[in-house]
Amino acid sequence: MDQAVMTGGFADPPIQSPQAFRAAMTAMARPGDILAVTGAQAPAPVSVAASVLLLVLCDPGTPVWLATSHDSADLRRWIAFHTGASVVAARGEAVFALGTWDSLLSLADYRIGTPDYPDRSATLIVEMPLLRAEGAVLQGPGIKESAQLSVPEVAPLRVNRALFPLGLDFFFTCGSDLAAVPRSTVVTDPAEVV
Amino acid sequence: MYVAVKGGERAIENAHAWLAEARRGDTRVPELDVAQIREQMALAVNRVMAEGSLYDPDLAALAIKQARGDLIEAVFLIRAYRTTLPRFGASKPVETADMRCDRRISATFKDAPGGQVLGATFDYTHRLLDFKLAADGEVPPAAMAPAQAGSVPHITEFLNRDGLIQTEAPSCETPPDLTREPLEFPANRALRLQALARGDEGFILGLAYSTQRGYARNHAFVGELRIGRVPVEMEIPELGFSIEIGEIELTECETVNQFAGSKTAPAQFTRGYGLVFGQTERKAIAMALVDRALRWRELGEDNLGAAAQDEEFVLSHCDNIQATGFLEHIKLPHYVDFQSELELVRRLRAEAEAVAKEAAE
Amino acid sequence: MTEYTFAYLDEQTKRMIRRAILKALAVPGYQVPFASREMPMPYGWGTGGVQVSAACLVPEDRLKVIDQGADDTTNAVSIRRFFEKTAGVATTTRTAEATLIQTRHRIPEAPLTRDQILVYQVPIPEPLRFLEPRETETRKMHSLEEYGLVHVKLYEDIARHGQIATSYAYPVKVEGRYVMDPSPIPKFDNPKLESAAIQLFGAGREQRIYALPPYCQVVSLDFEDHPFEASKADHICDLCGSATSYLDEVIVDDAGGRMFVCSDTDYCETRRAAGHRGRLAATEEEHFA
Repeated sequence: MDQAVMTGGFADPPIQSPQAFRAAMTAMARPGDILAVTGAQAPAPVSVAASVLLLVLCDPGTPVWLATSHDSADLRRWIAFHTGASVVAARGEAVFALGTWDSLLSLADYRIGTPDYPDRSATLIVEMPLLRAEGAVLQGPGIKESAQLSVPEVAPLRVNRALFPLGLDFFFTCGSDLAAVPRSTVVTDPAEVV
Repeated sequence: MYVAVKGGERAIENAHAWLAEARRGDTRVPELDVAQIREQMALAVNRVMAEGSLYDPDLAALAIKQARGDLIEAVFLIRAYRTTLPRFGASKPVETADMRCDRRISATFKDAPGGQVLGATFDYTHRLLDFKLAADGEVPPAAMAPAQAGSVPHITEFLNRDGLIQTEAPSCETPPDLTREPLEFPANRALRLQALARGDEGFILGLAYSTQRGYARNHAFVGELRIGRVPVEMEIPELGFSIEIGEIELTECETVNQFAGSKTAPAQFTRGYGLVFGQTERKAIAMALVDRALRWRELGEDNLGAAAQDEEFVLSHCDNIQATGFLEHIKLPHYVDFQSELELVRRLRAEAEAVAKEAAE
Repeated sequence: MTEYTFAYLDEQTKRMIRRAILKALAVPGYQVPFASREMPMPYGWGTGGVQVSAACLVPEDRLKVIDQGADDTTNAVSIRRFFEKTAGVATTTRTAEATLIQTRHRIPEAPLTRDQILVYQVPIPEPLRFLEPRETETRKMHSLEEYGLVHVKLYEDIARHGQIATSYAYPVKVEGRYVMDPSPIPKFDNPKLESAAIQLFGAGREQRIYALPPYCQVVSLDFEDHPFEASKADHICDLCGSATSYLDEVIVDDAGGRMFVCSDTDYCETRRAAGHRGRLAATEEEHFA
């Protein structure tokens, strides 16, 4: 097994994974907040933040789907070696999906949970060229009045919100930064906000 | 007063020290060692292994010693230890037909190939206190017989050969594991059996007894009860074949129950199944009866509203570690909630008095 | 306890709990099933809260543990020690200094901040359980948003007692969707459920985790003509003189004498340190001396 596959994991998992999870949890609890994480690097083009999320959240119980933007033999082997998660061929089987926004679409194909078990839904890790507290307006649980986040597109997130309590949850990653938009967040185009 | 209601660190430390002293008892009496418990309290050890879901007689004996003989407390110690153990993999299913039986009886046939073997049983002892044991536990050696050769077929298979008993559909599906996944209803039979095998012996016994007394009676006969040792094998992917990693003692009970049948399907006996770690036959028989009662839907029987038929009721309440924890937690302080109830009752009474007074005026 | 990993639970168990926490935050008030592990303390004694805390703790945390509002009740002491031993985290009794607070039955009086996490120990997470014992039924009721039964129960109270006779574990509706059990906190604490902090609820024996993100809308169920009221004993604290904190009633002598003191011990001590005095503060200090 080559170097790219063996390296890039946490040097001290029992200490680094709690720290990384705390950031991920804070992001999910406070949609729009941008947090920095460190400590993991999957093969290119995966960002540090997305690598950290894979390590913290994935294991043999969580099938992962890789969008074409990110799918590679190296990444598959990295995920298998560091997390034990299986990479699946169909989006509908995935608990986590990773890729750029365009390559993750359409959102209609992922698991959105069932009325009995809305938690059985996919979480998408969306790699972004840029992640800033500007652009679309976020409102809902976790947000005091409103927040802003440079999400790639508003309309699909609004469709997702309409499914509540079913729906997908999103992490947006860029470099070592991450932010989250859960299904509970109402996303509005800034032009529509009076 | 106020300060005295608080526990504090020192109170806990002192309680722990007192507990250790109480566990040891009178120091003029020799201390029990773990091997003595393992060898001479073997049935207690077996129960702790079965309900603790961990096959290790030495650890179970240690837990009994530490728990001062409180078996549920010992089961708890084993469970809490078990949860910290890494999981290396799953064994192949054990083959109980290959069991080297120390005991094997059938109530449905006078004799069967392989014979009836009573083994070490209390069954025909007269329950008279043996005062000689108080002085001297030495015993003469028991008579020996040559070990059985080859596998001992299951008695229910003889019935099955004639189609007289329902065939269980074989399955290669990985059974669910309630120690790794949250319990979800409806539960399939494999999950129910797992819960029953770990469940409290007294609870399962009481439920089984209730079916015998008419709360979803299913006319059970002990088709076969066997106790003995089976090898445990594990596939080693790196080797490409399986190897024997050890041997465990099991008790297996198959009951032959009331037949089912209809105009289209000819009458057939049905089965209940019990399989438990160690020599634990009361538990295995009870488990088989409750298993059978829980199968009412699959066998097209009526739900009679009996407790033993109600899978949510049985599975949610059979675990003695969950039950004892929740039961005993009411010892913890609840004075905040009690205070809110106190205020409420006072207010309700004050309002009622005011209304009564108004009416009187 | 070097033989155990940081915060006791193995990495895979923590990952499973962490995934449940994320989903719980994404669907506020919904109870996420999780494969609760057997902990070295009994079910019913905070195993759910302990597992949630263990999955969230970082070495930099400063942990506070309270039971009935007090840091020095025996079970709070025992849980705090568990984390001192297994996670080596710093601990505190000061609400303002804590980054993670595990609680049983109370919400601290001082408003929590956005940098704090409050973890509740939950005995029965299902708000409909005492109305319908079957999990299969209550799950259906939640999925259909069919909460008529709770209102019927509350209304029966009014018919019998003239008011709603639920004084703790008072049900709430979260973001207009899920009816949630806030754990057995007195209903006095319900308004504090709308908080800047992240609130996580762990029920170990019942295998459920649920959450309230910050600033989440939490409404105590009531009726227009019988609005919800966050009541408490009609007294002031005999030690610090607070008229707004939740009070414990303590019987002080055989003649039925009693005093009322803050249930939140840190709140009370902080006030006394700032010079506030109640009716019996002087005698209490003598007692300490």
